Amino acid sequence: MSVHLEVIKQHLIDPEICIRCNTCEETCPIGAISHDGNNYVVDASICNLCMACVSPCPTGAIDNWRNVAKTEAYSVEEQFTWDELPKQTTLAVSAESAEAAANVEEGEGEAEGIEVDTVLGSTLPPWSAARPYVNLYTHKAPISATVVGNYRLTAETSESDVHHIVLDFGQMPFPVLEGQSIAILPPGSTPDGRVHHARQYSIASARDGERRGYNNLSLTVKRVTTDAKGEARSGVCSNYLCDLKKGDSVQVIGPFGSSFLMPNHPNSHLLMICTGTGSAPMRAMTEYRRRRRLKGATGKLMLFFGARTREELPYFGPLMNLPKDFIDVNLAYSRTPGQPKRYVQDLMRERAEDVAAMLRDDSTYIYVCGLKGMEEGVLQALADIANQSGQPWEPLWKKLKQFGRLHLETY
Amino acid sequence: MTSIDYSEKIPNNVNLAGDRTLQRALEQWQPNFISWWKDMGPEGSQSFDVYLRTAVSVDPSGWAHFDYVKMPEYRWGIFLTPAQQDRTIQFGEHKGQPAWQEVPGEHRANLRRIIVTQGDTEPASVEQQRHLGLTAPSLYDLRNLFQVNVEEGRHLWAMVYLLQRYFGRDGREEAEALLERRSGDEDNPRILGAFNERTPDWLSFFMFTYFTDRDGKFQLSALTESGFDPLARTTKFMLTEEAHHMFVGESGVSRVIQRTCAVMNQLKTDDPKTLRAAGVIDLETIQRYLNFHYAVTLDLFGADQSSNAAMFYSAGLKGRFEEGKRSDDHQLNGQSYKILGIEGGKLIEREVPMLNALNEVLRDDYIKDSVGGVGRWNKVIEKAGLPFRLSVPHKAFHRQIGTFAGNRVSPDGRLVSEEEWQKNQSNWLPTAEDRAFVASLMGRVAESGKFANWIAPPPMGINKQPIDFEYVRFN
Repeated sequence: MSVHLEVIKQHLIDPEICIRCNTCEETCPIGAISHDGNNYVVDASICNLCMACVSPCPTGAIDNWRNVAKTEAYSVEEQFTWDELPKQTTLAVSAESAEAAANVEEGEGEAEGIEVDTVLGSTLPPWSAARPYVNLYTHKAPISATVVGNYRLTAETSESDVHHIVLDFGQMPFPVLEGQSIAILPPGSTPDGRVHHARQYSIASARDGERRGYNNLSLTVKRVTTDAKGEARSGVCSNYLCDLKKGDSVQVIGPFGSSFLMPNHPNSHLLMICTGTGSAPMRAMTEYRRRRRLKGATGKLMLFFGARTREELPYFGPLMNLPKDFIDVNLAYSRTPGQPKRYVQDLMRERAEDVAAMLRDDSTYIYVCGLKGMEEGVLQALADIANQSGQPWEPLWKKLKQFGRLHLETY
Repeated sequence: MTSIDYSEKIPNNVNLAGDRTLQRALEQWQPNFISWWKDMGPEGSQSFDVYLRTAVSVDPSGWAHFDYVKMPEYRWGIFLTPAQQDRTIQFGEHKGQPAWQEVPGEHRANLRRIIVTQGDTEPASVEQQRHLGLTAPSLYDLRNLFQVNVEEGRHLWAMVYLLQRYFGRDGREEAEALLERRSGDEDNPRILGAFNERTPDWLSFFMFTYFTDRDGKFQLSALTESGFDPLARTTKFMLTEEAHHMFVGESGVSRVIQRTCAVMNQLKTDDPKTLRAAGVIDLETIQRYLNFHYAVTLDLFGADQSSNAAMFYSAGLKGRFEEGKRSDDHQLNGQSYKILGIEGGKLIEREVPMLNALNEVLRDDYIKDSVGGVGRWNKVIEKAGLPFRLSVPHKAFHRQIGTFAGNRVSPDGRLVSEEEWQKNQSNWLPTAEDRAFVASLMGRVAESGKFANWIAPPPMGINKQPIDFEYVRFN
């Protein structure tokens, strides 16, 4: 197994400027902010960088960020003792490059938060995206959903236990768009008596419901049984969700996400790149497009989807049933016996000509979702393909970010 | 009659457009409010374009909308934090019962009194601050003053909404009366003492927004726990705006201290006379201002033993600060609390029933919070390498309400004779001379990026704008 040095962008509050007014703690939809008699602090293991706390802060103290190795994130206890913010160290920057070299499908851990990479990707949604609702329900006022379906997506023989879970909101409004996420509040508490924090999951169904016209949505959840180092550890929320029965009640907060959204104009092209449960938003967008296939529309869909084996690839069957003229599906398996390892970026390079054609078109929107480690490899592949096809990557990348056309969401 | 485009002019999440009764009440009240604003709002500033933050909805992206606005055109909105489904009352005799969505008949008079008292402070502070625009030390500070003013105005709207929506004719009459009282008016003063004091200079303003608006934070926090759900939700949203007021105070005093320390180091002196001659406010004077505003604000919490407070709590009308985070039984019967008293010429502690001491509980929470900020001011002095330290005076110092009213207590908590008090008063509280000196520094600085000599620039601008941004445009 390769070394997995994960770097996170840690959200911190400047104790020299903060006036301890409690606005951030009050605003945070997932309870990541707390305080003692000295400081207000952000818990790096809970914060999902949703930015809900940033604009209400009257001082600007809230808007501080440090790149740190995940294992060395500043703890809440440490932050309580600060009189001033630590400087950005160079260590995390070099660690970030080391992480890029890590194998993207190794060491899968439980997703605790989805990170929208606003440095590498766009902060704006596509111009034609529908307006999303965000933070309608918070950890202080969650909404109850009923489980109306829970199916295993991967073969029983497969090690990978991925579930398709359908949640119904009854009469309560819960408007969502493809690409948004929700969070689940698992019941119970940690061994030290603190209630579990919320875990975020991308929505896998279209805006008009998993079943069209119903007030429901679906999630793609992988049961976690080992930690990043491969040692036995049961994921708190994934096991809870995968074991739910029809009729069970779940506490939900959200929806979250206002930039990883699909374009609404029918002639826009979607270039989708994902691994494992990162397929959820791609399924949502594909399903929305499938339901509204318009005669004469020129929008193309191209999907690069990675998994370890065919048996571990969620939604394999339904994906294969989609018309070839509707979506161009490319599957990469990294663990097929007797076959060389193939990752999504390898497949993208094989299809360089078609990817380059999509990059050349201003109507193309790119979506990447999966484990954090995949970002660098995918961006490198896009850069190589662009450069080799005579489209210098740096200005193109800038343009993609500026126009809300490159969206990265990883965990 | 003025007609109002409800969704545009009065952004709200209370379905104002669909509530005819409320519309009619507001249509009557709104022109009077505007007329009050023109008479008593910031003096001579009605036509400036001010870079203001306006709330347009309650979600995090909607309530910090920045743009240039002329103050009379500010969109005073009616916002309640979204309802929490199945919210129950957290304390008192009704603990565990569903929160009230309408006013319970038996608590009507008390709830109205609570809302009117809170509502009265909001226009009062605008009145107290109306002359300050003429002496602002920078455009940045002028903008902050105006932001505080319009938000106080919005808080008045918030309370008036509750009165008009839930209290019928009485409520409408109370809403009118809020526009009729005047801060410092002998015949028709504001309800609470501190809101009839003058705010003559910017040091007073910063002290007021640090100490007195912090009282607002604690009073509003106690009301966010109320069993009357509309009051809880209204005050919760108000708290998000109150934070800015405290920011203006805390950072304002901090910048005054920073500038004084810089000059102290430059001139290598701590002599107040030399420092005053150099045009900065000596730390001793800052300490005296602090003593005054702190003591006046402590009085706002009311008598140290209060049967009203006990009744408000037991009835579920007003909780404690962070009620939900406390682990006791939330009924408090049979529990006690230590309060200060005077016995045999000395200050002593005595146990009293907790329910009767709830004003004191809130005051003590406030004290802890206030002391924290003073500690942060001291860090500024410490960083400058100077030995002086500011401190809050003893709780019994210069009190006009409760056990200590009429007693002379020194800042270090000794009961002193009238003679000793008179001898030392000028060391403990701002003198006429102090006030005259501070007033002498107050001259308007109205050039972008420039600051009066007695105050340091802030570390960062508003909404990430540069310090020299044109925060106010004079037309």
